[in-house]
Amino acid sequence: MTQAVPRLVDHLFRHEAGRLSAALVRLLGPANLDLAEDVVQETLCHALEAWKLGRVPDNPAAWLRSAAKNRALDLVRRQRTRMRFAPDLAHAFASEQTLVPAVDAAFSEDALAEEQLRMMFACCDARLAPEAQVALVLKLLCGFGVGELAQAFLCSPVAMEKRLARGKAALRRSGTLAEVPGPQLQRRLEAVLDALYLLFNEGYHGAHAELAVRADLCAEAIRLGRLLAAHEATARPQTFALLALMCLHGARLPGRLDTAGVPIPLEEQDRALWDRALAREGAAWLARAGAEPPTALLLEAAIAAEHCFAPSFAETDWRAIVTLYDALLAQRTSPVVALNRAIALAQIEGPERGLAELRAIEGRERLARYPFYSAALGELLRRAGHRENAAEEFRRAVRLARSSAEKHYFRRKLAEVS
Amino acid sequence: MAEYLYLFRGGGYQQLSPEQMQQHMGKWSTWIAELGKRGQFKAGDPLEEGGKQVRGRKKAVTDGPFAEAKDLVGGYLIVNAGSLDEAAELARGCPILEVDGGVEVRPIRKM
Repeated sequence: MTQAVPRLVDHLFRHEAGRLSAALVRLLGPANLDLAEDVVQETLCHALEAWKLGRVPDNPAAWLRSAAKNRALDLVRRQRTRMRFAPDLAHAFASEQTLVPAVDAAFSEDALAEEQLRMMFACCDARLAPEAQVALVLKLLCGFGVGELAQAFLCSPVAMEKRLARGKAALRRSGTLAEVPGPQLQRRLEAVLDALYLLFNEGYHGAHAELAVRADLCAEAIRLGRLLAAHEATARPQTFALLALMCLHGARLPGRLDTAGVPIPLEEQDRALWDRALAREGAAWLARAGAEPPTALLLEAAIAAEHCFAPSFAETDWRAIVTLYDALLAQRTSPVVALNRAIALAQIEGPERGLAELRAIEGRERLARYPFYSAALGELLRRAGHRENAAEEFRRAVRLARSSAEKHYFRRKLAEVS
Repeated sequence: MAEYLYLFRGGGYQQLSPEQMQQHMGKWSTWIAELGKRGQFKAGDPLEEGGKQVRGRKKAVTDGPFAEAKDLVGGYLIVNAGSLDEAAELARGCPILEVDGGVEVRPIRKM
């Protein structure tokens, strides 16, 4: 017997928990969501018991699926006269000859992908608050525990439990999860993409200082995005655009924050830390996302790509970036987009021009409490040589900061001019 | 060097999240690999739940064991150690202690 235990793939348990949940909800029906989650938990516990003394199967994922399948079979055989499982499978479950193939089918690779998508769509029910949708996706599809979610979203486990309970109740009430291609795919896909974007942003911009948590959330949003991109029904330009944006931002996640979780300005980031493979993947999705006229997401992804592939801050194609921001503004007036455009323009035409643009932003009163507006003014004032005025703006930014990481960031900027 | 039997009792993973389970699994791997590297790992297996009990002069066979979860033996290990104290010291590194389980350390009697 060997004692050299092979290392499991990172997050194997968590990711398999998501896949098994999807298959089990398919079989047992959404009404038995809690039971499905219990079966998943028991399966993982059983695996841990069986493997911990050094005997890990060659294909751990297949072992887990087979174990979950057997538990599902047992459960249906013991309870089929007393319990109602998936209504559309009731007929198949009635006889032994059809039961086994029906259960087998739910665990096939294709079905697992399909069921995860159905679950994803069901979690993004328009009647649920966006935060509840995201929590539900992370719990059911990504296998996060309540404690981990509470930690990631900086709330108490009790509050997280409540957030999940409402979503689960809605899922339980639906007799079967809707088919993904189904009616209103377009609108439902938008809701799913919105939730994934929210999930990604929670990792990218969220208040959590811990890098590991943030990276996990971003990676999950990308993983689920790939699942959508791989399915015929959801492989749409807007899916590719979001995936491109997430990959191109995600690629720059390493190197974006210092060890204390404080953002590092773009010009000071170590570009060698960026994830080149993820950047290339993002560029490939971007190439497939082509849409006329380009959507806002696509333009944002294109801007991210410019930054991603620029050899250095100085060598960035600011002209291309300004053009992309112009296109973005032509679609919707947004003071934040105008702010970013002004910063890019200042790289080409100097700080005075940037300042003039900043002060002329349409709807800038909406930026009055946005700390990055003050910080941008401060930065350009500093470059134009107006240190005292710059300091004043950075002080305002410190006051407006919404997290301690932001506060640190603006304090550093302030220190540079005082 | 003598052989010692570790009996793992109790310890539950129901409250752990999947990620925590995997991390816990990693601790077992490290612990077992460490024993192996020092040549102290001899054998070991997990035990299935349930089983049979055969008892008494009547040789009655019953289902079981039905002990409380904390007393149930979930697996065993045989290690080589210089003394009972050393075997007990090694057992202190066992991850089961982190999940409310225990290790019973018994010297194996050799003829």
